[in-house]
Amino acid sequence: MAKDNRDKTKGWKDIPIGGLIEKGGTAKAYKTGEWRTFCPVRDESKCINCMICWAYCPDSAIKTKDGKMTGFDLDYCKGCGICASVCPVKCIRMEKENK
Amino acid sequence: MGNIKLVPFTGDQAVAYAMKQIEPDVVAAYPITPQTEIVMGFSQYVADGKVKTEMIPVESEHSAMSACVGAAAAGVRTMTATSANGLALMWEIVYIAASTRLPIVMPVVNRALSGPINIHCDHSDTMGARDSGWIQIYCENAQEVYESTIIAVRIAEHRDVLLPVMVCQDGFITSHAVEGVQLFDDKAVKDFIGEYKPRFSLLDVDKPSTVGPLDLQDFYFEHKRQQSQGMRNALTAIPEIFNAFEKAFGKKHNLVDSYRLDDAEIAICALSSTAGTVRGVVDKLRKEGHKVGLLKPRVFRPFPKDAIMKSLSGVKALAVFDRSESFSSQGGPLFTEIEAAFYDEKSHPSIINCIYGLGGRDIFESDIEGVFRQLIDTAKTGKVKEKIQFIGVRE
Repeated sequence: MAKDNRDKTKGWKDIPIGGLIEKGGTAKAYKTGEWRTFCPVRDESKCINCMICWAYCPDSAIKTKDGKMTGFDLDYCKGCGICASVCPVKCIRMEKENK
Repeated sequence: MGNIKLVPFTGDQAVAYAMKQIEPDVVAAYPITPQTEIVMGFSQYVADGKVKTEMIPVESEHSAMSACVGAAAAGVRTMTATSANGLALMWEIVYIAASTRLPIVMPVVNRALSGPINIHCDHSDTMGARDSGWIQIYCENAQEVYESTIIAVRIAEHRDVLLPVMVCQDGFITSHAVEGVQLFDDKAVKDFIGEYKPRFSLLDVDKPSTVGPLDLQDFYFEHKRQQSQGMRNALTAIPEIFNAFEKAFGKKHNLVDSYRLDDAEIAICALSSTAGTVRGVVDKLRKEGHKVGLLKPRVFRPFPKDAIMKSLSGVKALAVFDRSESFSSQGGPLFTEIEAAFYDEKSHPSIINCIYGLGGRDIFESDIEGVFRQLIDTAKTGKVKEKIQFIGVRE
């Protein structure tokens, strides 16, 4: 059953009008990775660090360090599979997540 | 008040001139049909260097309103103009402009929505947008259009309101007919509207903000409640701004205008240019001794219920004229709201709805006289012939 949290949040007179949020960068707090059904898994031994996945990822979810691909930012990766599709050596596969 | 000069202007030219004097920071508009000469005229002022406005011609009306939302969120005074199917194409963003509380001013030339294809006057375009959260002002003639466009800037930007405003005029009847229009001088208009001080600016890097975020079950309702309050506040703010306008320019505006209504027992209620035609018929029937009058709401959103009820007290028979059909099967939009407003009153007149003038069908004095004579009978007998009537349609 849904929980009634209405009394614990600010009322309409106490929030900025029109949905304005008085700060920037708020998308960072919104973990879109929760939407994922398929998770990218990389075979590190095959990866040539070409960075094509990094260029194509629509959510900036390819993690890098010193010019090398180091993994996926699963807080924001929605599991679209573009990285697996564009990888020239096919080192990324999409695995169904068990949530 | 400054110098006043009288010029021959169409309703469209009157708006373009008002926009020149307002000199918004940004005007984004679609430049082709169904756009009107408002934007053509204003573009000429831009091209001639008469205004410093950033003019953005866009590829569709949807884009026009989107660009206006962007500009207004950037914190500048923003205007556009549209008509008929152009307004229909804007639809999605029309709601977003209002709920994001952006004080955009948009003159609208009222014309029929297709189909079948029609470009002539009726109110189906803006009446369809009556629940979009925009303030709506309806104008009888080019003079009212000119003055209301200037007033609309103050209404939209009022701190307790912060809602966009449509300034409506009748397509072709007002928009294309030439009338004498009294123009105020530039400085008086600039002084009246004042410098625009935005609530926030997306371009303010020292004070970053997020506009139009995802707003789900936890906050959307609160934002709608605020929006509802903004519209309620407008009922107080608009008369204050009308008073300030009268002080500055000596011209009176009201939420509703009435003509020979004080002792009237019979009344017709009509928006925009038709009110002028009704006024002539009122004079004719008054000479015959009939106690007839006219009610012309100037503001439809917010709905000025108290002013309408006050003006109609004592009326025994009333016809509400609607230049659009809401297809509810219960009458046009103006009619259903006025009828509903009487629910709280101790007594109410016999009320009929006259749907007329769709697709630019002319309304004649004889049509209006016929309705008045019907109402005179109704006032005597208390009997209504037919609740919802279509005036001027071929049977």
